Parts: sequence; structure tokens; C-alpha cells
Amino acid sequence: MSQTPKRPPPPAHVQQEARRKFLRSILLGGVAVGGALAGWLPMARAHDLRLRPPGAIAEDEFLAACIKCGQCVQVCPVEAIILADIGDGFGMGAPHIAARDQACDFSCDAVQCILACPTGALTHELSKKEEVRMGVARLDKPDTCLARQGLGFKGAARGAGYLGLHRYEAVDRWKPILVADHPYDLELCDLCVRECPIEGAIALVPLSTDPTDKRRTPEIRQNCVGCGMCEMICPTEPASIVIESRAEWRRS
Amino acid sequence: MSLIQSLAIMLGREPTKPRPEEFTPEAQALHESKRASKLTPEERAEINRQTHEAHKVHTWRNRRWLTLLVVNLLFVVSYHFDVQLVEGALTASRVIGFHFADLNSALQVTLAFKTILINLVIGTSTVLFMWWLLGGRSFCSWVCPYHLLAELAEMLHLKLAAKKLVKDHQLHRRTRVVLYVIFAISALASGYTVFETISPTGIVSRAMIYGPSLALTIVVFLLVLEVFYSRRLWCRYMCPIGITYAVVGAVSPLRVAYTPEDCHHEGECRKVCLVPHVLDVTKKGFATRMHQGIGADCTRCGLCVDVCPTGSLKFEVKGLDKLL
Repeated sequence: MSQTPKRPPPPAHVQQEARRKFLRSILLGGVAVGGALAGWLPMARAHDLRLRPPGAIAEDEFLAACIKCGQCVQVCPVEAIILADIGDGFGMGAPHIAARDQACDFSCDAVQCILACPTGALTHELSKKEEVRMGVARLDKPDTCLARQGLGFKGAARGAGYLGLHRYEAVDRWKPILVADHPYDLELCDLCVRECPIEGAIALVPLSTDPTDKRRTPEIRQNCVGCGMCEMICPTEPASIVIESRAEWRRS
Repeated sequence: MSLIQSLAIMLGREPTKPRPEEFTPEAQALHESKRASKLTPEERAEINRQTHEAHKVHTWRNRRWLTLLVVNLLFVVSYHFDVQLVEGALTASRVIGFHFADLNSALQVTLAFKTILINLVIGTSTVLFMWWLLGGRSFCSWVCPYHLLAELAEMLHLKLAAKKLVKDHQLHRRTRVVLYVIFAISALASGYTVFETISPTGIVSRAMIYGPSLALTIVVFLLVLEVFYSRRLWCRYMCPIGITYAVVGAVSPLRVAYTPEDCHHEGECRKVCLVPHVLDVTKKGFATRMHQGIGADCTRCGLCVDVCPTGSLKFEVKGLDKLL
């Protein structure tokens, strides 16, 4: 080994700059890590679970598997799927459905969002809408439900300015239209049952044994997939019927 | 420069002057002849003029900006006009039906989900092969939308710095390596794609395609820091995506190569470069060979190729001239 000549220690201002550079790196690196880990806060806080698109696997696994690309958003014919913003923390960029604004009505027939998902965060094991379990509908405000009061409904389900879309088979089998452009005239309000895309998921049942009693109550059956169509179409404000995300059906 | 050296410098080691035995005889002779020759004042003035003129060349930058905008607009147009050419976002997409997945996003998902997903394997293999062909970190400068925003912020920073209104505060380049490891461990430990929460690449890409989001405040915060505090803070010292693609780029045939023969060693290339450590070879007496590729960390942005008045830095496909 040849002897390396001993170098004098660097001057004070060089040493000081090196020290500052090191501290800056720790500090700003810490800000980056801290900022990213702050995404955990919304996870830890108790909150309502998001209504995920059809086929979403268990919530924790879903957030791990979702690559936040929005391909599910792109294929939805009614644009029901939206990506979460920064308030969702680690869930930012992951898809959900705000059913009251725009529910999934399975207009695509073949659960396109599931087919679009590149990671299986929306499980590829499903192929039919009847197999989907996003949550389950619940009559949240029985007192305001029109059918329970024996009342009918006339007009646009959600008012003239409502922008939600729905596919009406009778109007156009392939193209969803504005709910606002499809007024109703119903003797007894049965919108949640009428527009439910799943057979046997919801029915109106009499409230009493009296045959002259017009009052009916929506009864949610085991077939309910939690798509949110009933919540979206419910004409009362706020909706009498809502979806409990990720809930399972129970005999009431 | 060996592959190991190139990777070590990418991972934060400071480049050093090569030892005498590393030089080829030709390179040694070139350096000696350059040292021996003295410039006349006329030659000196000519070099200064050339250097000045070269700053007006933006050929590669303009090509690159155009490519970057076209690629990102393809995503936007595909969605909004339902053309289905490039569906998804930069994190994962289908390009005319074929799965593509960003290497770093796929890594985060795999670590968090702890499952090997076949579509991601297909998607990352395709992307890996593509960026191996195209130069690795060329993803950064030719595709990443944050890179373009950061370049504009950098221009502003340099203007302000010239007026002595701001000063560049450098960080340790190893910061990026530490962050890479921390983000990988966080994904593995928490089961969440932690890095995606602040990834400006993902945030900007999604905002362009799906509409603006509050998450853009993170991007604005970074850009403000880059203008007023630290030049190219994110891309230089922090972004783990850069490391992932730099590893691919280390062995890529598409590269910027340096030929020292006509070089004036004015160092203009290092001044415009995002990763000037890869251009250490252009310092007077540093080139060990008469022709060599620059390091793994190079983003193939072409700023040095544009600014070089002597054509000493050029894009090349390694081995192509032998093949033809």
C-alpha cells in the first residue's frame, strides 16, 4: 500500500455547509415522509366507509391493491365512479361511488369496471351483477318514505336540475338518459323498487292487513347488491333509503 | 466507467477523478496535448462566442416537450373522446389494450398487497422492456408531467438566482435513496401505497385526466420550494421513481455519449443538467476514454446536447453503428 498523503481538514465554512446540507436533507426528507404518512390520519379516524365500485375486495386489501389509475372511472357509462381526493389519505386516487349523486345502475351489463381493473382490487372472480356485494340498502328515514304514507309521486324524481343518469330500458336499451328528462306519475311511489336493477332485491309490502290501506313499505331482500340506485332515485330530501357500504344483509 | 461505479454515483456517491491507470493511452495523450496548448486571445473569444450561441439552441428540449405533452394529452383525449388508445393514468394504463404499469407504482402495490398480480407482471415487463430500450430515466424527462412543471419552476429559480434574489440550497443526493427505502418499508409494513399519497407524478397525471384535485396543493408546495429554496428539489434529491428508472437506464443502449476530443471543458453542460454528477467526465482531464456513455442517472433530456457548442455530447444507440 502506498501512503496517501494526509489532507488538511476542510476549512470551517466548508464544514459548516456540509453540516447544513445534512440537516436540510434530514428536515426536507422528513417533511416528505411525514407528508406521505399523514395519509394515515383519515384511515385511523372513525368514519363511514366509502361505497366502492362493484367487485371491490375487503377495504384494507382494496386500498393496498388499487394502483390509483382510474381505468374503472373511464369505462363506466353513467360516470358513477369518482376518485378520492387528498382528504381520503392513503385512499387518495382510489375509486368510490357517491350514490346519491350518481349510483351504479349496471347500465354496462357486464360490470365493465371489474374488467378494467388491472390489479384485481375489483375482483375478477365476479362476472354478473347479481354476484356483486357493495353494501346493502337500509330504510334510513321510514317516516319520510312516501310509500309508507300511502303517497304517490309526480314529476322528475330529483327535480329538474338534477344531473344524474339512468338507463331506462323502455326509452333506450343502450343509452342512459338524464333522470330529470324522465318524469313520473305514480299513484303510489315505488321508485326504489321500479328502478332497482337487480331482480328480487327490494319489494313493497303492505304495512297492515287492511286491504283498503294503501300504505306500503320497501323491504330489502337478500338479493340486494348495494348499488345505490334506490338511494339515488328516492325523491325525498334527504333520501329515505340509503346504502350502508360494505354491510351484509340481515333478516330484519 | 464501470456499471458498478455508475450505479454507485446514481445512489449518491460523489464522483472522483479517475486514477492514472484508468486512462487509455489515447485519452492520456489527448489530455496531455490539451494541457500543452495555450489558447490565443482570439481563440478564447471564439470559444466564448460559441458557448454564448449554443445557449440559443433548444432542438432536443422542444422535441422532448412536444413528446411529453403529446403522451399526456393522449391519456386525456383517450378518456374524454373515448378513443381508447391510452386508458388509465401514468400509474397504470392500457395502451391499445395492452397492460402497462409504472414500475414504482407496481412496486408499491406489490409490497402493500403482498401478492404477485399477473396483470402487473405483464404490465411492468412491458414497461421495463420499453424503458430499457428508451433509456430508463428518459421516463422522467420525456413523459413525467411533473418534470415539465419543475423545469418551468427551475427557469424561474435561475432568473431569480441571477438577480441574487434566491439561492440554491442543495441536499445530500443520498436523501433519495433513504426515501426510497423508507417508502418501500412503509408500503410493506402499513399495507397502504404510502408513496402514492404524495407522488406528484400520479397527482398531476390524474388531475389532467380526471380533473383538478386538492392534492395539487402538494405539487404547488413542491414547486414553490423549488423556485425559492432548492433547485429541482424533488427530481434531484427525493423522487423514488427516478431511482427505479435509473437502474433500468444503467444498462440501456440509448444514451448520451461523450467524446472529449473537441470539448472546451467550459462546463456549460453541467450548469444546465438536472443530474450534473453524470457529467463529471466532461471536466478537463477526467475522460478515461475517447468515447463513453454518461452515467445511469442521466434522464436523456438532451439539455447538454443542445448546449454543447462542439458536439462532444451526443445521443447514440450503443452498438448501432457496429450493427449498420
